[in-house]
Amino acid sequence: MTKYIIKRLVMAILTVFIVATLTFFLMNAVPGGPYEAEKSISPQAKAALEAKFGLDQPLFTQYLTYMKNILHGDFGPSLKQRGREVIDIILTKFPVSAKVGGLSVLVSLIVGIPVGCIAALNRGKASDSTIIVIATIGIAVPSFVVCSLSMYLFGVKLGWLPTVGLMSWKNYIMPVFALSFYPTAYIVRLMRSSMLDALGQDYMRTARAKGVSETVSLFKHALRNAILPVVTYVGPMMAYTLTGSFIVEKVFTIPGLGGEFVSSITNRDYMMIMGTTIFLATLMVFINFVVDIVYKIIDPRINLK
Amino acid sequence: MKKSFILIALALVCCMLMTACTGGAKSGGKILNVQVGPDPETLDPALNSAVDGGNMLLHTFECLLTVDQNGAIAPGCAEKWESSEDGLTWTFHLRKGLKWSDGSAFTASDFVYSWQRVADPATAAPYADTVLWPVENFDAVFAGEMAPSELGVSAPDDQTFVVKLSAACPYFESLAAFATLSPVNKATVEKNGDAWAVSPDTYVSNGPFMITEWVPGSHIVTMKNPNYWNKDAIKLDGIKWLLIEDSNASYSAYQTGEALFIKDVPTEEIPSLMNNPEFHIDPIIGTYYLNLNCTKEPFNDERVRKAMSLAIDRDYVAGTIMQGTYVAAYNFMGPGWADPAGGDFYANANGGKPYISSDYEANLAEAKALMQEAGYSGSEDNLDIKITYSTNDSGYHKVVAEYLQQAWKQIGIDMSVEIVEWASFTPMRRAGDYMAARNGWVGDYSDPSNMIELLYSSNGNNDGKYNNPDFDAAIDISRSTMDVNERSAALHQAEDILMETAGCVPVAYYTDFYLQSSKITGMWHSPYGYWYFMYADFSE
Repeated sequence: MTKYIIKRLVMAILTVFIVATLTFFLMNAVPGGPYEAEKSISPQAKAALEAKFGLDQPLFTQYLTYMKNILHGDFGPSLKQRGREVIDIILTKFPVSAKVGGLSVLVSLIVGIPVGCIAALNRGKASDSTIIVIATIGIAVPSFVVCSLSMYLFGVKLGWLPTVGLMSWKNYIMPVFALSFYPTAYIVRLMRSSMLDALGQDYMRTARAKGVSETVSLFKHALRNAILPVVTYVGPMMAYTLTGSFIVEKVFTIPGLGGEFVSSITNRDYMMIMGTTIFLATLMVFINFVVDIVYKIIDPRINLK
Repeated sequence: MKKSFILIALALVCCMLMTACTGGAKSGGKILNVQVGPDPETLDPALNSAVDGGNMLLHTFECLLTVDQNGAIAPGCAEKWESSEDGLTWTFHLRKGLKWSDGSAFTASDFVYSWQRVADPATAAPYADTVLWPVENFDAVFAGEMAPSELGVSAPDDQTFVVKLSAACPYFESLAAFATLSPVNKATVEKNGDAWAVSPDTYVSNGPFMITEWVPGSHIVTMKNPNYWNKDAIKLDGIKWLLIEDSNASYSAYQTGEALFIKDVPTEEIPSLMNNPEFHIDPIIGTYYLNLNCTKEPFNDERVRKAMSLAIDRDYVAGTIMQGTYVAAYNFMGPGWADPAGGDFYANANGGKPYISSDYEANLAEAKALMQEAGYSGSEDNLDIKITYSTNDSGYHKVVAEYLQQAWKQIGIDMSVEIVEWASFTPMRRAGDYMAARNGWVGDYSDPSNMIELLYSSNGNNDGKYNNPDFDAAIDISRSTMDVNERSAALHQAEDILMETAGCVPVAYYTDFYLQSSKITGMWHSPYGYWYFMYADFSE
């Protein structure tokens, strides 16, 4: 186990390093720069800016400097949000996204798993078909539609919920709903099909033959086996949800990290692009690692080597 | 046991998350909620180059001079000011008893420090040369060849600020009222570096309002500055700037009453808002125009450029395609630019009549004739010119491109549209790496030089690579003369030449369209695209 963890750790560091390197050179290969605008600033002003942030150095020198700095935990200043450090932006905005994201992961698990099971247990009946239809809609309807519709209905027409920012608990309802809509639907479908699969297995027949009660056979045998695909899905889904959604945050004016990912790229804010990418990559690698450990706990047959 | 433990843990997490969700919302009193744009990139006056940031800076800082409700230069920190006969020395007399928002004394040396800071290349101020170019030694200071202390600004005493210019600048007062040249507090800037402007604790300002809360991506709260000289005229206790990025979201906030003013209105709502008295369309000084790359065939022939300009039905573009949120442009310089000789530059242009006739049928016939004269078919039946039109995809750009495709087909041009991502688009256009492209400019101040000089051969924003010695000569005269009439004549002559040779193709004048609740009184909108809320009030 220890050997496994060390091996995974080395792989993780290597993965993040490769991601950082590729991103660094790719983003610099894209045309444009952080100081381009409809009204161009003068060449002198641009030169002064580039000198200030070291963008006038050869690309490889910039790369070496950046890599050296991040080893010291220095992610540099944002090139666009003058006066703010990349790490400060990430550390103030990530908790906001994580709060909204964490709630929606919880909602999608609490709703998705039981509903998926119910559908599987009632296969072919009206309740199953209803769940399937709703889940399909959930997967097909993009989040901006969910956002706009709920905002129009509950915010503008009914006036029940506020539409801007995160001032009170009421502000959380619509974004969490919008954010959990797709994963809930996905988990329902996933849960349903893997539950159906598990229910048809030999060990279930054996359990029943041995006289194990229906509840025990369902929860102890079927659910435990059926939940593995959900765990696989929830890992990366969690990384994405916790780091925020560009659309949901934009629509509900949530000061989260989701918007930074996209705007840093359109702004060519190189420092922010690197910072957010490395952050997401690290989170992703970490969550995948946790998922592997959880696998082992759920299914002791899995060999961590 | 294990199961109940998991349940309890889950419940705990939920509770923690829910409690974390409450809180926020403080600061009482009469607070006006407005939306003028998303999170500003910076609120450091020297570093700002954006309109929304500039709009907030107008409320937190006060320059030497300001612009009043009628667009005229008015006293700011300076009560009186005068220039020498030759226009090279400007003396500003500050009000007595001025203070910073933290209560410390404000003197003329604060202006000296702030202006030197803008010129210092280490500050890397994007607008430095736009606002300081005429000031003595600016070029050398900005190039790093001289110390910032050599800049031609001085404070002979606490109440007097003197600027020495190396060249006369007829619109210097406009520059002295420009947000980039707002005074900043030396103590906080030197203590906190660039970060002074991101935290309310270190944000010391001298304007009618001061920042008390800034949640990036959510809102900024500015409260009345108790140390502002004219505080008795301020009726609001504060302004809350909602940093909404999405226009549908800002529209919802307006409908629910969470905002009483929004700048970003979804274009698809415009038809339904046209008869709403709270919906305003106000002109600003700026023009949506097209660049035809003058270094490339067939655009090196001015007859082709002119024909392409004439083939556009501007009333249709502005009124129908752009839903009346733009105004058809038959000149390059639209209404609102100040004629140096007095009056409106637009009204005095071309003897008072538009350069391009609004009779579209006649224009189209002339366009076809011009194309034939230039040796092309000029007819839909023989598309003998192939061009590519580049634009980014936002606002009306794409539908305008589709319209141009139709319009230019009538004069024998086969146009394909190339959509380029925003951040790549502007450098590509600047490099002249395109055939035809959209462009636009909104004035920083009302002197016509701010926009017409875009077409000067060596101007950094001359994306069309227009190079006309007569035009350049007219601009040169306008720059060197101190005689307002001669200067006015030179600028008008420049526009005459530009329009005669179709150096660029004006399409429409910009406007600001916004929703303003009828509850608000005492606010106004300026033709530079700013809203002034400082003297506003609203009924509950």
